[in-house]
Amino acid sequence: MTEADEKTIQDLRRSGILLTTLEDLYNWGRSNSVWPLQFGLACCAIEMIAASMSRFDIARFGSEVFRPSPRQADLMIVSGTVTKKMAPQVVRLYNQMPEPKYVIAMGACAISGGPFKQGYNVLKGIDRYIPVDVHIPGCPPRPEALLHGLMELQEKIREQNLTGENRPRHLRSDVSGEFPVPEFGTCDLEPPSNPAVWTPPEPIREGL
Amino acid sequence: MDNPSPYWFLVVFGAVALVFPLIPLALARLWFLVFSPQKPSKEKNAVYECGLESKGDSWMQMKIHYYLYAIVFLIVDVEAVFLIPFAAAYAALPVGAIVAMLFFVLLVAEGLVWAWGRGFLEWK
Repeated sequence: MTEADEKTIQDLRRSGILLTTLEDLYNWGRSNSVWPLQFGLACCAIEMIAASMSRFDIARFGSEVFRPSPRQADLMIVSGTVTKKMAPQVVRLYNQMPEPKYVIAMGACAISGGPFKQGYNVLKGIDRYIPVDVHIPGCPPRPEALLHGLMELQEKIREQNLTGENRPRHLRSDVSGEFPVPEFGTCDLEPPSNPAVWTPPEPIREGL
Repeated sequence: MDNPSPYWFLVVFGAVALVFPLIPLALARLWFLVFSPQKPSKEKNAVYECGLESKGDSWMQMKIHYYLYAIVFLIVDVEAVFLIPFAAAYAALPVGAIVAMLFFVLLVAEGLVWAWGRGFLEWK
Protein backbone atom coordinates (compact mmCIF):
# COMPACT_ATOMS: atom_id res chain seq x y z
CA MET A 1 0.00 0.00 0.00
CA THR A 2 1.49 3.31 -1.02
CA GLU A 3 1.55 6.48 1.02
CA ALA A 4 -1.05 8.14 -1.24
CA ASP A 5 -3.41 5.24 -0.69
CA GLU A 6 -2.95 5.56 3.04
CA LYS A 7 -3.79 9.25 2.86
CA THR A 8 -6.91 8.57 0.78
CA ILE A 9 -8.04 5.98 3.30
CA GLN A 10 -7.55 8.42 6.15
CA ASP A 11 -9.50 11.11 4.26
CA LEU A 12 -12.33 8.69 3.58
CA ARG A 13 -12.36 7.59 7.21
CA ARG A 14 -12.79 11.20 8.28
CA SER A 15 -15.87 11.48 6.10
CA GLY A 16 -17.30 8.26 7.52
CA ILE A 17 -16.22 5.70 4.92
CA LEU A 18 -14.19 2.81 6.26
CA LEU A 19 -11.89 0.98 3.89
CA THR A 20 -9.98 -2.05 5.02
CA THR A 21 -8.33 -5.22 3.81
CA LEU A 22 -9.36 -8.78 4.58
CA GLU A 23 -6.09 -9.20 6.48
CA ASP A 24 -6.74 -6.17 8.69
CA LEU A 25 -10.32 -7.24 9.31
CA TYR A 26 -9.22 -10.75 10.24
CA ASN A 27 -6.50 -9.54 12.58
CA TRP A 28 -8.74 -6.87 14.08
CA GLY A 29 -11.36 -9.48 14.89
CA ARG A 30 -9.11 -12.06 16.42
CA SER A 31 -6.86 -9.61 18.28
CA ASN A 32 -9.93 -8.30 20.09
CA SER A 33 -11.23 -11.72 21.08
CA VAL A 34 -8.21 -13.49 22.53
CA TRP A 35 -9.72 -16.12 24.81
CA PRO A 36 -7.30 -17.30 27.49
CA LEU A 37 -7.16 -20.77 28.92
CA GLN A 38 -8.42 -20.89 32.49
CA PHE A 39 -5.23 -22.20 33.88
CA GLY A 40 -3.30 -20.94 36.88
CA LEU A 41 -0.13 -22.42 38.32
CA ALA A 42 0.90 -20.32 41.31
CA CYS A 43 0.71 -16.86 42.84
CA CYS A 44 0.74 -15.12 39.41
CA ALA A 45 -2.64 -16.76 38.86
CA ILE A 46 -4.02 -14.61 41.67
CA GLU A 47 -2.92 -11.53 39.75
CA MET A 48 -4.44 -13.02 36.60
CA ILE A 49 -7.73 -13.49 38.47
CA ALA A 50 -7.51 -9.91 39.73
CA ALA A 51 -6.99 -8.76 36.14
CA SER A 52 -10.20 -10.50 35.13
CA MET A 53 -12.21 -8.89 37.91
CA SER A 54 -13.96 -5.53 37.83
CA ARG A 55 -11.12 -3.40 39.18
CA PHE A 56 -8.81 -4.15 36.27
CA ASP A 57 -11.40 -5.63 33.89
CA ILE A 58 -9.66 -7.63 31.21
CA ALA A 59 -13.04 -7.60 29.40
CA ARG A 60 -12.09 -4.20 28.01
CA PHE A 61 -9.68 -6.09 25.74
CA GLY A 62 -12.10 -8.86 24.81
CA SER A 63 -10.24 -11.47 26.85
CA GLU A 64 -12.62 -12.03 29.72
CA VAL A 65 -13.78 -15.39 28.38
CA PHE A 66 -11.48 -17.71 30.31
CA ARG A 67 -12.13 -21.12 28.76
CA PRO A 68 -11.98 -24.23 30.92
CA SER A 69 -11.17 -26.36 27.87
CA PRO A 70 -8.04 -26.01 25.73
CA ARG A 71 -10.19 -26.68 22.63
CA GLN A 72 -11.79 -23.26 22.95
CA ALA A 73 -8.78 -21.20 24.02
CA ASP A 74 -6.46 -19.00 21.94
CA LEU A 75 -4.04 -17.93 24.62
CA MET A 76 -2.22 -19.80 27.34
CA ILE A 77 -1.15 -17.54 30.21
CA VAL A 78 1.54 -19.54 31.99
CA SER A 79 0.98 -17.85 35.33
CA GLY A 80 3.41 -19.16 37.88
CA THR A 81 6.11 -21.65 38.68
CA VAL A 82 6.22 -24.57 36.28
CA THR A 83 7.49 -27.60 38.14
CA LYS A 84 9.00 -30.50 36.28
CA LYS A 85 6.00 -32.51 37.30
CA MET A 86 3.67 -29.96 35.72
CA ALA A 87 5.67 -29.22 32.56
CA PRO A 88 4.40 -32.25 30.54
CA GLN A 89 0.82 -31.25 31.33
CA VAL A 90 1.46 -27.65 30.27
CA VAL A 91 2.92 -28.80 26.94
CA ARG A 92 0.11 -31.30 26.42
CA LEU A 93 -2.51 -28.62 27.05
CA TYR A 94 -0.71 -26.35 24.60
CA ASN A 95 -0.80 -29.14 22.03
CA GLN A 96 -4.52 -29.55 22.55
CA MET A 97 -5.26 -25.90 21.85
CA PRO A 98 -6.42 -25.16 18.29
CA GLU A 99 -4.41 -22.89 16.01
CA PRO A 100 -3.82 -19.96 16.12
CA LYS A 101 -2.52 -20.19 19.67
CA TYR A 102 -0.36 -17.86 21.72
CA VAL A 103 1.56 -18.09 24.97
CA ILE A 104 2.21 -15.42 27.57
CA ALA A 105 4.89 -16.32 30.12
CA MET A 106 3.72 -14.38 33.15
CA GLY A 107 6.18 -13.67 35.90
CA ALA A 108 9.75 -14.55 36.71
CA CYS A 109 9.02 -18.24 37.34
CA ALA A 110 7.40 -18.89 33.97
CA ILE A 111 10.24 -17.00 32.26
CA SER A 112 13.22 -18.50 34.04
CA GLY A 113 12.27 -20.32 37.24
CA GLY A 114 12.46 -17.05 39.14
CA PRO A 115 13.27 -17.25 42.84
CA PHE A 116 12.91 -21.03 42.66
CA LYS A 117 15.40 -21.41 39.82
CA GLN A 118 17.83 -23.36 42.04
CA GLY A 119 15.12 -25.84 42.97
CA TYR A 120 15.70 -29.37 41.73
CA ASN A 121 12.13 -29.71 40.50
CA VAL A 122 11.57 -26.30 38.93
CA LEU A 123 11.60 -25.83 35.18
CA LYS A 124 13.93 -23.01 34.20
CA GLY A 125 11.46 -21.31 31.91
CA ILE A 126 8.51 -22.63 29.93
CA ASP A 127 10.09 -21.31 26.73
CA ARG A 128 12.28 -24.41 26.79
CA TYR A 129 9.33 -26.42 25.49
CA ILE A 130 6.79 -24.13 23.87
CA PRO A 131 7.20 -20.91 21.89
CA VAL A 132 6.42 -17.92 24.11
CA ASP A 133 5.05 -14.80 22.43
CA VAL A 134 5.15 -12.31 25.31
CA HIS A 135 7.28 -12.42 28.45
CA ILE A 136 5.98 -10.38 31.40
CA PRO A 137 8.63 -9.78 34.06
CA GLY A 138 7.68 -9.31 37.69
CA CYS A 139 7.25 -11.37 40.83
CA PRO A 140 4.33 -11.42 40.49
CA PRO A 141 3.52 -8.88 37.76
CA ARG A 142 0.67 -6.59 38.67
CA PRO A 143 -2.58 -6.90 36.71
CA GLU A 144 -1.63 -3.77 34.75
CA ALA A 145 1.49 -5.58 33.59
CA LEU A 146 -0.62 -8.51 32.41
CA LEU A 147 -2.90 -6.12 30.56
CA HIS A 148 0.15 -4.51 28.97
CA GLY A 149 1.38 -7.94 27.95
CA LEU A 150 -2.01 -8.67 26.43
CA MET A 151 -1.89 -5.39 24.50
CA GLU A 152 1.58 -6.30 23.22
CA LEU A 153 0.18 -9.65 22.08
CA GLN A 154 -2.70 -7.90 20.34
CA GLU A 155 -0.17 -5.69 18.61
CA LYS A 156 1.71 -8.80 17.52
CA ILE A 157 -1.46 -10.44 16.19
CA ARG A 158 -2.39 -7.32 14.22
CA GLU A 159 0.96 -7.38 12.42
CA GLN A 160 0.69 -11.00 11.27
CA ASN A 161 0.33 -11.56 7.55
CA LEU A 162 -2.48 -13.56 6.06
CA THR A 163 -0.53 -14.58 2.97
CA GLY A 164 3.06 -14.59 1.82
CA GLU A 165 6.21 -16.35 2.89
CA ASN A 166 6.40 -14.97 6.43
CA ARG A 167 2.85 -15.80 7.39
CA PRO A 168 2.50 -17.29 10.87
CA ARG A 169 2.52 -20.97 11.73
CA HIS A 170 -1.22 -21.48 11.89
CA LEU A 171 -1.60 -20.52 8.23
CA ARG A 172 1.10 -22.90 7.01
CA SER A 173 0.27 -26.51 6.33
CA ASP A 174 3.93 -27.60 6.36
CA VAL A 175 4.61 -26.52 9.97
CA SER A 176 3.20 -28.62 12.77
CA GLY A 177 1.53 -26.95 15.74
CA GLU A 178 2.43 -29.83 18.01
CA PHE A 179 5.41 -29.79 20.32
CA PRO A 180 7.03 -32.86 21.91
CA VAL A 181 5.85 -33.54 25.44
CA PRO A 182 8.76 -34.13 27.84
CA GLU A 183 8.91 -37.36 29.82
CA PHE A 184 10.34 -38.08 33.24
CA GLY A 185 13.88 -39.39 32.93
CA THR A 186 16.28 -40.62 35.57
CA CYS A 187 17.25 -37.19 36.89
CA ASP A 188 15.55 -34.60 34.68
CA LEU A 189 12.85 -34.20 32.09
CA GLU A 190 13.77 -35.81 28.81
CA PRO A 191 14.53 -34.01 26.62
CA PRO A 192 15.63 -31.17 28.98
CA SER A 193 14.56 -28.69 26.31
CA ASN A 194 13.06 -28.62 22.84
CA PRO A 195 15.92 -27.61 20.52
CA ALA A 196 13.40 -26.31 17.98
CA VAL A 197 12.35 -23.49 20.31
CA TRP A 198 15.27 -23.06 22.71
CA THR A 199 19.00 -23.58 22.71
CA PRO A 200 21.05 -23.29 25.90
CA PRO A 201 23.17 -20.14 25.94
CA GLU A 202 26.93 -20.52 25.68
CA PRO A 203 28.44 -19.97 29.12
CA ILE A 204 30.88 -17.04 29.20
CA ARG A 205 33.98 -18.05 31.15
CA GLU A 206 36.45 -15.31 31.88
CA GLY A 207 40.13 -15.80 32.54
CA LEU A 208 40.51 -19.17 30.88
CA MET B 1 -54.49 -7.96 0.18
CA ASP B 2 -55.40 -11.38 -1.07
CA ASN B 3 -53.30 -13.88 0.87
CA PRO B 4 -53.17 -17.36 -0.66
CA SER B 5 -52.21 -18.99 2.63
CA PRO B 6 -51.77 -17.55 6.11
CA TYR B 7 -48.91 -19.94 6.71
CA TRP B 8 -46.55 -18.94 3.90
CA PHE B 9 -44.43 -16.94 6.34
CA LEU B 10 -43.59 -20.22 8.11
CA VAL B 11 -41.83 -21.35 4.94
CA VAL B 12 -39.86 -18.09 4.86
CA PHE B 13 -39.11 -18.47 8.57
CA GLY B 14 -37.84 -22.02 8.04
CA ALA B 15 -35.70 -20.97 5.09
CA VAL B 16 -34.11 -18.11 7.05
CA ALA B 17 -33.54 -20.39 10.04
CA LEU B 18 -31.72 -22.81 7.75
CA VAL B 19 -29.67 -20.30 5.76
CA PHE B 20 -28.69 -18.05 8.68
CA PRO B 21 -26.50 -20.62 10.49
CA LEU B 22 -25.31 -22.16 7.22
CA ILE B 23 -23.68 -18.92 6.03
CA PRO B 24 -21.10 -18.65 8.87
CA LEU B 25 -20.49 -22.39 8.72
CA ALA B 26 -19.83 -22.17 4.99
CA LEU B 27 -17.61 -19.11 5.51
CA ALA B 28 -15.60 -20.95 8.17
CA ARG B 29 -15.24 -23.93 5.83
CA LEU B 30 -14.12 -21.65 2.99
CA TRP B 31 -11.67 -19.88 5.29
CA PHE B 32 -9.99 -23.10 6.31
CA LEU B 33 -9.85 -24.33 2.70
CA VAL B 34 -8.22 -21.12 1.46
CA PHE B 35 -6.09 -19.92 4.38
CA SER B 36 -5.94 -21.97 7.54
CA PRO B 37 -5.04 -25.66 7.23
CA GLN B 38 -6.33 -28.21 9.72
CA LYS B 39 -3.71 -29.90 11.87
CA PRO B 40 -5.27 -32.79 13.72
CA SER B 41 -3.10 -35.17 15.70
CA LYS B 42 -3.55 -37.97 18.16
CA GLU B 43 -2.73 -35.82 21.15
CA LYS B 44 -4.87 -32.92 20.01
CA ASN B 45 -7.87 -35.16 19.46
CA ALA B 46 -7.44 -36.98 22.76
CA VAL B 47 -10.67 -37.25 24.71
CA TYR B 48 -9.25 -36.20 28.05
CA GLU B 49 -8.46 -32.49 28.15
CA CYS B 50 -6.92 -31.90 31.56
CA GLY B 51 -3.34 -32.17 30.40
CA LEU B 52 -2.93 -35.67 31.73
CA GLU B 53 -2.84 -38.82 29.70
CA SER B 54 -5.79 -41.07 30.36
CA LYS B 55 -4.82 -44.38 31.90
CA GLY B 56 -6.67 -47.66 31.84
CA ASP B 57 -9.98 -48.52 30.29
CA SER B 58 -13.01 -46.32 30.82
CA TRP B 59 -15.27 -49.41 30.58
CA MET B 60 -14.94 -50.68 34.11
CA GLN B 61 -17.40 -52.76 36.10
CA MET B 62 -19.19 -51.50 39.18
CA LYS B 63 -20.13 -53.79 42.04
CA ILE B 64 -23.77 -54.83 41.93
CA HIS B 65 -23.93 -54.23 45.71
CA TYR B 66 -24.18 -50.53 45.04
CA TYR B 67 -27.91 -51.04 44.46
CA LEU B 68 -28.35 -50.81 48.24
CA TYR B 69 -26.97 -47.27 48.26
CA ALA B 70 -29.32 -46.40 45.40
CA ILE B 71 -32.28 -47.69 47.44
CA VAL B 72 -31.23 -45.85 50.59
CA PHE B 73 -30.81 -42.70 48.51
CA LEU B 74 -34.32 -43.19 47.13
CA ILE B 75 -35.75 -43.40 50.65
CA VAL B 76 -34.49 -39.93 51.51
CA ASP B 77 -35.16 -38.58 48.02
CA VAL B 78 -38.84 -39.67 47.88
CA GLU B 79 -39.31 -38.49 51.40
CA ALA B 80 -38.12 -35.01 50.46
CA VAL B 81 -40.51 -34.85 47.48
CA PHE B 82 -43.47 -35.41 49.80
CA LEU B 83 -42.15 -33.55 52.82
CA ILE B 84 -41.59 -30.21 51.12
CA PRO B 85 -45.26 -29.67 50.05
CA PHE B 86 -46.28 -31.05 53.45
CA ALA B 87 -44.13 -28.49 55.23
CA ALA B 88 -45.40 -25.69 52.98
CA ALA B 89 -49.07 -26.51 53.68
CA TYR B 90 -48.53 -27.52 57.31
CA ALA B 91 -50.44 -24.67 58.96
CA ALA B 92 -53.60 -25.27 56.91
CA LEU B 93 -53.71 -29.07 57.21
CA PRO B 94 -56.33 -30.92 59.30
CA VAL B 95 -55.17 -33.23 62.09
CA GLY B 96 -55.95 -36.36 60.02
CA ALA B 97 -53.62 -35.30 57.24
CA ILE B 98 -50.79 -34.63 59.68
CA VAL B 99 -51.23 -38.02 61.30
CA ALA B 100 -51.21 -39.67 57.84
CA MET B 101 -48.04 -37.81 56.93
CA LEU B 102 -46.34 -38.81 60.18
CA PHE B 103 -47.27 -42.42 59.41
CA PHE B 104 -45.63 -42.04 56.00
CA VAL B 105 -42.49 -40.62 57.60
CA LEU B 106 -42.50 -43.54 60.02
CA LEU B 107 -42.69 -46.03 57.13
CA VAL B 108 -39.78 -44.37 55.35
CA ALA B 109 -37.74 -44.07 58.55
CA GLU B 110 -38.35 -47.76 59.17
CA GLY B 111 -36.65 -48.54 55.88
CA LEU B 112 -33.67 -46.44 56.94
CA VAL B 113 -33.54 -48.18 60.34
CA TRP B 114 -33.67 -51.54 58.58
CA ALA B 115 -30.74 -50.55 56.32
CA TRP B 116 -28.83 -49.21 59.32
CA GLY B 117 -29.48 -52.37 61.32
CA ARG B 118 -28.24 -54.57 58.50
CA GLY B 119 -25.00 -52.56 58.44
CA PHE B 120 -25.42 -51.09 54.95
CA LEU B 121 -24.38 -47.65 56.14
CA GLU B 122 -20.95 -48.92 57.17
CA TRP B 123 -18.30 -47.75 54.74
CA LYS B 124 -16.13 -50.68 53.77
